[in-house]
Amino acid sequence: MSNYIVSLSPHAKGPLSTEKVMWAVVIALMPSFAFSAYFFGIRGIVVTLVATIACILTEFVIQKYLMKTTVTAFDGSAAITGILLAFNVPSSIPIWEVILGAVFAIAIGKMVFGGLGRNPFNPALLGRAFMLVSFPVDMTTWPIPVTTQWTWNMSKAIDGTTAATPLGYLKEGVKMGESVTNLVAASPERFDYFNLFIGNVGGCIGEVSAFAILLGGIYLLYKKIITWHIPVFYLGGLALITGVLWAMDPTKYADPLFHILAGGAMLGAWFMATDMVTSPMTVKGQIVFALCGGLLCGLIRIFGGYPEGCSYSILIMNAFVPLIDKYIKPTRFGKEVNYG
Amino acid sequence: MVDVILYPVIMLGAVAGISAILLFLTAKKFHVEEDPRIDTVAALLPGANCGGCGYPGCRGLAEAIVKAADKGDIGGLSCPPGGSAAMKAIGDALGMAVAESEPMVAVLRCNGTHEKAPRTLKYDGAPKCVIAHTVFVGEKGCPNGCLGIGDCVTVCAFGAMYMDDKTGLPVIDPAKCVACGACAKACPRRIIEMRPKGRKDRRVWVDCVNTEKGAAAMKYCKAACIGCGKCVKECPEKVQAITLANNLAYIDPKKCIACGKCIVVCPTKAIHATFEPPQPKPAAEAPKTAEAPKATPAA
Amino acid sequence: MDLKTFKIGGVHPPENKLSAGLPIEAAELPKRAFIHLGQHLGAPAKPVVQKGDKVKVGTLIGTGEGFISASVHSSVSGTVFGIDDVVDASGYKRKAVIIDVAGDEWEPAIDRSPELKKEIALDQKAIVEKIKESGIVGLGGATFPAHVKYMVPEGKKVDTLLINAVECEPYLTSDHRVMLERADEVLVGTQILMKALGVGKAIVGIEANKPDAIELLSRKAKEYTGIAVQALKVQYPQGAEKQLIKACLNREVPSGKLPLDVGCVVNNVGTALAVYEAVQKNKPLFERVVTMTGRKLPKKANFLVRVGTPISQLITACGGIPEGTAKFINGGPMMGKAMVSPETPVTKGTSGVILVDESEAKRNAPGDCIRCAKCVSACPMGLEPYLIEKQAEYALWEEAEKEDAADCMECGCCQFTCPAARPLLDNVRLAKANVMRIRRERSKK
Repeated sequence: MSNYIVSLSPHAKGPLSTEKVMWAVVIALMPSFAFSAYFFGIRGIVVTLVATIACILTEFVIQKYLMKTTVTAFDGSAAITGILLAFNVPSSIPIWEVILGAVFAIAIGKMVFGGLGRNPFNPALLGRAFMLVSFPVDMTTWPIPVTTQWTWNMSKAIDGTTAATPLGYLKEGVKMGESVTNLVAASPERFDYFNLFIGNVGGCIGEVSAFAILLGGIYLLYKKIITWHIPVFYLGGLALITGVLWAMDPTKYADPLFHILAGGAMLGAWFMATDMVTSPMTVKGQIVFALCGGLLCGLIRIFGGYPEGCSYSILIMNAFVPLIDKYIKPTRFGKEVNYG
Repeated sequence: MVDVILYPVIMLGAVAGISAILLFLTAKKFHVEEDPRIDTVAALLPGANCGGCGYPGCRGLAEAIVKAADKGDIGGLSCPPGGSAAMKAIGDALGMAVAESEPMVAVLRCNGTHEKAPRTLKYDGAPKCVIAHTVFVGEKGCPNGCLGIGDCVTVCAFGAMYMDDKTGLPVIDPAKCVACGACAKACPRRIIEMRPKGRKDRRVWVDCVNTEKGAAAMKYCKAACIGCGKCVKECPEKVQAITLANNLAYIDPKKCIACGKCIVVCPTKAIHATFEPPQPKPAAEAPKTAEAPKATPAA
Repeated sequence: MDLKTFKIGGVHPPENKLSAGLPIEAAELPKRAFIHLGQHLGAPAKPVVQKGDKVKVGTLIGTGEGFISASVHSSVSGTVFGIDDVVDASGYKRKAVIIDVAGDEWEPAIDRSPELKKEIALDQKAIVEKIKESGIVGLGGATFPAHVKYMVPEGKKVDTLLINAVECEPYLTSDHRVMLERADEVLVGTQILMKALGVGKAIVGIEANKPDAIELLSRKAKEYTGIAVQALKVQYPQGAEKQLIKACLNREVPSGKLPLDVGCVVNNVGTALAVYEAVQKNKPLFERVVTMTGRKLPKKANFLVRVGTPISQLITACGGIPEGTAKFINGGPMMGKAMVSPETPVTKGTSGVILVDESEAKRNAPGDCIRCAKCVSACPMGLEPYLIEKQAEYALWEEAEKEDAADCMECGCCQFTCPAARPLLDNVRLAKANVMRIRRERSKK
């Protein structure tokens, strides 16, 4: 007699698996990867690959030799962390710093809490935050895209090919007391929507091209990996706060469309805020999370010390996720009945 | 330079001072008076928080004991892992008399090993006996037998149990078992029984809880008690420790003298003991005193 | 077409309605029938026959005792071999009447003529009594004794009867075939049930993946007063009572309440047919349509089967157990039960038998929860399965109660959708059972 299987219902299983979800996200990041390769050349590819491999290896070593559990390092989640971390650093970053950041992201950001699904903060963002405080200069030296294409030598020796990002330029300018209108007039290419949309501006490896990110985001929506709520409300929150301020004084504040397209807002909204592990479980909670994240991002950009507030806004909101999950519950069937 | 150092120091000092006052006031306001004896009693308990006593942790039992002591009797309360020693110490501390209780041990009452009761089905689901029990009879087809997933092993807080992969049954280490009874409660089929340790650690028990008719039970398990009643007849007339109900023999540990006669007559070898049974020779041989680990996986 | 559906949650598993095009055929009579006395929710019936008694098709063999219970009738003619323990789908033994079959002699009171009888002679009370006598239970799978639903307590007002023809479970086609082949009987049965409830309105809810049934019933329903057909968007679990009411009438049954509380009674389409046969033809419930299906099964079928027929016999009639079969599912793949052996008999609740091979049967290895929130958005009751699972892991039953674990209807959407293949429903069920237990203990105090 063959051993028939007995189990409780359901006997059908859905099409998704953790691996499929994770690799779908990796695929969704590929357009941005391609654009980064075009804009930042071999260096962009190398940094991304190094970060990815470092993340996977770190997870593998920790799971195999420290935790002695089943190794799930190749399920794609470590790869996502690696790619996202690389996408959040300038292409000129020294390789050893990237490796250090990747090890930190996985070891401290994820495995310390018990691995996949248990980390409260987005590991890639934690890694970036770690690198930003550890290597502030390297992390804010931005090579100019395209012009520096296909050059191996991207060390700080070639200062002439680096320049501030649109957001950094704006921040510095406003700090000097310059009006936004003058700043735009002085450097129109930085504020050109098409350049921002395509990614022909200075910035981190993966964040520059809004277009490529949008492609990936649409793929994720199509694959039903994410829902539209978080990206839309995140960008909505950002547009709201920057829009209100811009409407009050356009000479002092940049317009909301610029804020959405510039910096890491798009990457954050589509790939980092939507990180399943560190976002709330209910749709209502996700809306609160994303909206507050967007507002925070705008506030940090305009009033904070950093030109870019995307990563910190998401990290701060990550900390609120347990609270949001505790108090914001899904609409229960039959709890708010309107039929007497 | 002075203000750079001085101002922060003054400011932080002030913040710390105000916080300290606030904390002090809150602590005063919300202070709960607690019986100091609770701490005394809790210190005398093992601190494993096993729940064997039925209270939420050792402190829960300590509170219950102090409460009972105020009423004048702590007789109904006991700490299974601490045993009579712990209760005696508590009784001394509280100035109360505590009756001696017999030491107990957990005994597994299923011998449906892979060999004796081969698996005919495969369970595929959350690895919990309580769930498997509601789904079906179990992988062996025995509606009463061990499900082999090990809820008992999971709940054992003393590391006294492990799953034997060769037999597919849990194994109880009597040396580590403190008789908290958590495993017996966790088992959805009530296979684990708390039995007295017995004199000189000599225990005899029926290693089966199957209530199905003999022929039906033998279909899936060669080690089942078939309710033939041979052991009942074999039990000395003065003792009569064995009763038969629902096709299942049961040895009353209070009456059993651990002579081991029933072990040899059992046709399915369903009766187990912690000692080597006497040979089935007519002359009543004195049972060997040496413990033999062969007879049971628990020894 | 205006397709309605419910609002919260739901999934769309592959439909796999492999046997939808196959007409109902009568299955061969068994040599020996094993008729369980507990085929319904509630107390098992009490046997009224003894070993050696001669029975005919339709003879009462067990009477339902207590409020929630149902009578059991012989499905075959022959001699009672005995009343003994027979293994049910879960492998546990339950009392059953075993009958050695000889011939096929029916009780003379049963009207076996095929013509449609439209006039309803019985009055309201007599109909309910007839339903009870005939041992009719909900044939959708829950096997709730049907007459109980029609004994509307004082103070409750019912305005609509819903006929559940959704058949949202994948693979199953028995209801679909009943609608196509017995449309008139179903509609007369609906009229009988309307009379039993004293309502003037009935809605037949059918999912859009059965356009032929929608078309046929819509056309025929015009001949009957008060019956409307409502096409529904394909979405699982639309066939669940509360979801069907929400979809058809946009009424929400409050937590812990019954459809009666929102003025509805829901009945399966197969039950409507059984009611027709009982009331108009005096035929108790002893046979039902069973879908035999499975990707590898040589011949798929929709059999009209006598209750008590061993399922193995039906499998043999379909060409035998295919190589590599790893699981037998009694019912649909989302809510059905896995059977321990194909030797178990057909009961009133057997809507289908699905044979699946290892790759389809075996669950994926569970991984860590990645907090993807798919279970939360899939839950049609608006629960948080991931949370209840965790609470079950740590035996936090009081907390599980606060999270409404008891509202779970075990549809399986959460586990179906979980990418980490976690045994969500297994644990939610455990939590639900324990919440029910602490509630019972509390009410005892």
